[in-house]
Amino acid sequence: MAIKKFAVAAYDDEEVLFPAVKKVRSSGYKIHDVYTPFAVHGLDEAMGLKGTDLHIAGFIYGLCGTSTAVGFISWIFTSDWPIIYGGKPHFALPAWIPITFELTVLFAAVGMTLTFCYLNQIMPGVKKHIFHPRQSDDMFVMAIEINSHMSEQETVAFLKATGAKEVNVQVAEAGWWYGRWDKKEPYELAAGN
Amino acid sequence: MHIKYESFVREPLVDGDKDYHQVSEDIISPIERKPGRMWYVGFIFSLLLLGYGIFSVTWAVYWGLGTWGVNRTVGWGWDITNFVWWIGIGHAGTLISAILLLFRQGWRTGVNRAAEAMTIFAVMCAGQFPIFHMGRVWDGFWVLPLPNTRGTLWPNFDSPLLWDVFAISTYFTVSLLFWYSGLVPDFALIRDRAKTKFRKMAYGIASFGWTGTAKNWQRAEALWLVLAGLSTPLVLSVHTIVSFDFATSVIPGWHTTIFPPYFVAGAVFSGFAMVNTLLVLTRKILHLEEYITIGHLEAMNKIILLTGSIVGVAYLTELFISWYSQSWGEMAAFQWRIMGPYWWSYWAMMSCNVVSPQLFWVKKFRRNVPFTFVMSIVVNIGMWFERFVIIVTSTYRDWVPGSWSYYSPTWPEVGFYLGTFGLFFTCYFLFAKYFPVVAVHEIKFILKTSGDNYKRGMEKIDNQSTEDFIHIATTHHDEEHLLEAPHH
Repeated sequence: MAIKKFAVAAYDDEEVLFPAVKKVRSSGYKIHDVYTPFAVHGLDEAMGLKGTDLHIAGFIYGLCGTSTAVGFISWIFTSDWPIIYGGKPHFALPAWIPITFELTVLFAAVGMTLTFCYLNQIMPGVKKHIFHPRQSDDMFVMAIEINSHMSEQETVAFLKATGAKEVNVQVAEAGWWYGRWDKKEPYELAAGN
Repeated sequence: MHIKYESFVREPLVDGDKDYHQVSEDIISPIERKPGRMWYVGFIFSLLLLGYGIFSVTWAVYWGLGTWGVNRTVGWGWDITNFVWWIGIGHAGTLISAILLLFRQGWRTGVNRAAEAMTIFAVMCAGQFPIFHMGRVWDGFWVLPLPNTRGTLWPNFDSPLLWDVFAISTYFTVSLLFWYSGLVPDFALIRDRAKTKFRKMAYGIASFGWTGTAKNWQRAEALWLVLAGLSTPLVLSVHTIVSFDFATSVIPGWHTTIFPPYFVAGAVFSGFAMVNTLLVLTRKILHLEEYITIGHLEAMNKIILLTGSIVGVAYLTELFISWYSQSWGEMAAFQWRIMGPYWWSYWAMMSCNVVSPQLFWVKKFRRNVPFTFVMSIVVNIGMWFERFVIIVTSTYRDWVPGSWSYYSPTWPEVGFYLGTFGLFFTCYFLFAKYFPVVAVHEIKFILKTSGDNYKRGMEKIDNQSTEDFIHIATTHHDEEHLLEAPHH
C-alpha cells in the first residue's frame, strides 16, 4: 500500500493523447500510467515501454506440455504397464501425436493466461484506483505522480496546455489491494474523491 | 502512429453516427435494463427443455442404456450423432475468433463475442453425450489418467476415443480462456458505469480489477495473438480427432482418409449456420443492427457457401471412391445409404447441405435477413442428418446379415437431445442478458477505420492522388485533423 498524489489529465481522443504523451515525456515528467478504453496501438512505444515477453513464456509452457505428454505416455506404455493394443508397438509415437499436441496447447494457453494475470496483477477480488470513471468508456487518462520536488499548480497548468479536457489532482493508492468495488476505501473518503 | 485509413469502397462495419461513448451506450445499456417479455418467455422455455432433458437422462442412467434404441448392431445412435453435431457447431466460434484474427479480418469484431459464447455452450452440450453414453457414468473419471487401485491401470493412449477426451477438454479450456480474457475489459466498463451496488460488486469481481493501462493492453494483445495462433491448429485438430473415431475403424463407410478435412469443413459449415441463427435474433432483440450489420451476415453466408461446397465435393468423392475401390462392402454401404431403408436421411442431407447453400451465389439472398435465418436452420438440419447418415447407415447392416437391424430412437434419447437445446439456450439467454454480446473494446478499436461516419470522411482521401496520400501518411500525425469525423 502506497498512497500518493497524482496529477490526472483526461483526453477525449487518442489523437490528442499521443502528442500529449510526447510533450509530457520530453518535458521531463515521469508518467505513472496511461489508461485507455481499448488497445491504442503505438501508445506503449510512445510511452517508452518495452515490448512484452509473454509469448516467450507461452513457448516455454508449450514445451513443458509436449515433454509432459511424451514422457508420461512413454513411461506408462514402455515401463509401468506395457500392453499391446491393436498390434501397435509399446513405443507407438505416431499414435501419441494427438494427445501430445493437445497438452502442448493446453499448457501454453493456461500458463500464458495465468502469467498474464500475474503480470497485470488482475484476479477476482483485486481492486485498483480508478482515476476517471470514463477511462474504460471514452476517456484517455494520463496520471503523473507528484512528488515533493514538484509544483502541483505547475504540473496541472502544464497538463491543461497539452489539450486535456479535464485536469485534477487526486490522492490515490498506487498499487492494488483486495477489496469490494461497491465500497469506498478509507483514503478515498478522507480525500473526498 | 500510422494513418487510420480504409477505402471508402469497403462496407462500413459499424453503421450510423457513433463515437466511443455511443458504442458503450448501445451495447451495455441492454445489460442495465430489465429484460423484455420475450427474454422471460424464451428463458423459461429453455429451462423447461433443460428440465425435460435432465429427466430423460436420469431415466436412462437409472434404468440403464437399455432404455435407448441403440442395439448390438447400431451401438452409436442419436447420442453420438448429437455429440458430433454440437461439437461441429462449436467450431465456428473459434474460426471467427482465432483464424479470422490471424487473417486480420476486421468484420470478426462485430460477431466474435457471441460466436465464442456459442462455441463454449455448444461444447458443453456436446460433452454430455459421450459422458452419458458410458452408461455407468459414475465411473466416467476412468477416462482420466489418474493413479488408481486397479494396477495402476491407465487409459489407452493409442485410442482415438481417448484422444477425444484430451482434444475436447483442451478445446473447451482454451476457448473459455480466450473468451473470458476478452470479456475482462468489457466487464470493467460495466463496473465503471454501474449505478447499483450489486452490479458494482459483481462486475468488480468479474473484471478482475482491470484498469486498462498501456501495459495491460500490450500484454492482452500479445496474449490474444498467441491464443489465436494456438486455437487455429487446435480447432482443426478437434474435429480431425472426432473424425478419427470413425476413420481409424474398419467399418465400410467410416474407413476413409477423407474424413478429417471433410469433418472440419462440415463443422465450420454448421457452426456458421448456428451463428447466423443466433445473431439474426440477437441483433433484432437487442437492437444491434448497426454493429451486426447485413454485411456481417453476408460474409458468414459466403463462408457457408464455400464450406457447403467443400462438403458437397466430399460427399461425391466418397461415392466415387467406394465405386473405385471395387470393395463390395464399401459399395454396398453406399448403395444402401442412397437406396436402402434410410434413403430419406441421405437425401435430406444432400438437399440441405449441398443443394440449398448454392442459392447463396445470389447476392440478394446473401443479404436477405429472413432468408439467411431460414437457410441457417436448413443447414443445421442437414448437418444433423450428415452425422446420422455416417453413424447409423454405416452400421445397421454389418458383416453378418443375421444381425442386420433397424434403429429408431426412444423418448429418453430424444429427450436428451432436447435437453441439450435447453442447456444451450439457457446459457445463451443468460449470456445475452448479463454479458456484452458485442466486444465493446474491439469495436472501439476499429471504429475510426471502419465506422460509417468516419468512413464518410475518407472519401476525400480516396479521391487524392497517390503522391498526396503518401505525403499525408508519412508526415506528422499532429496534422491528421483532416481525418476527423464530420461533426453533426
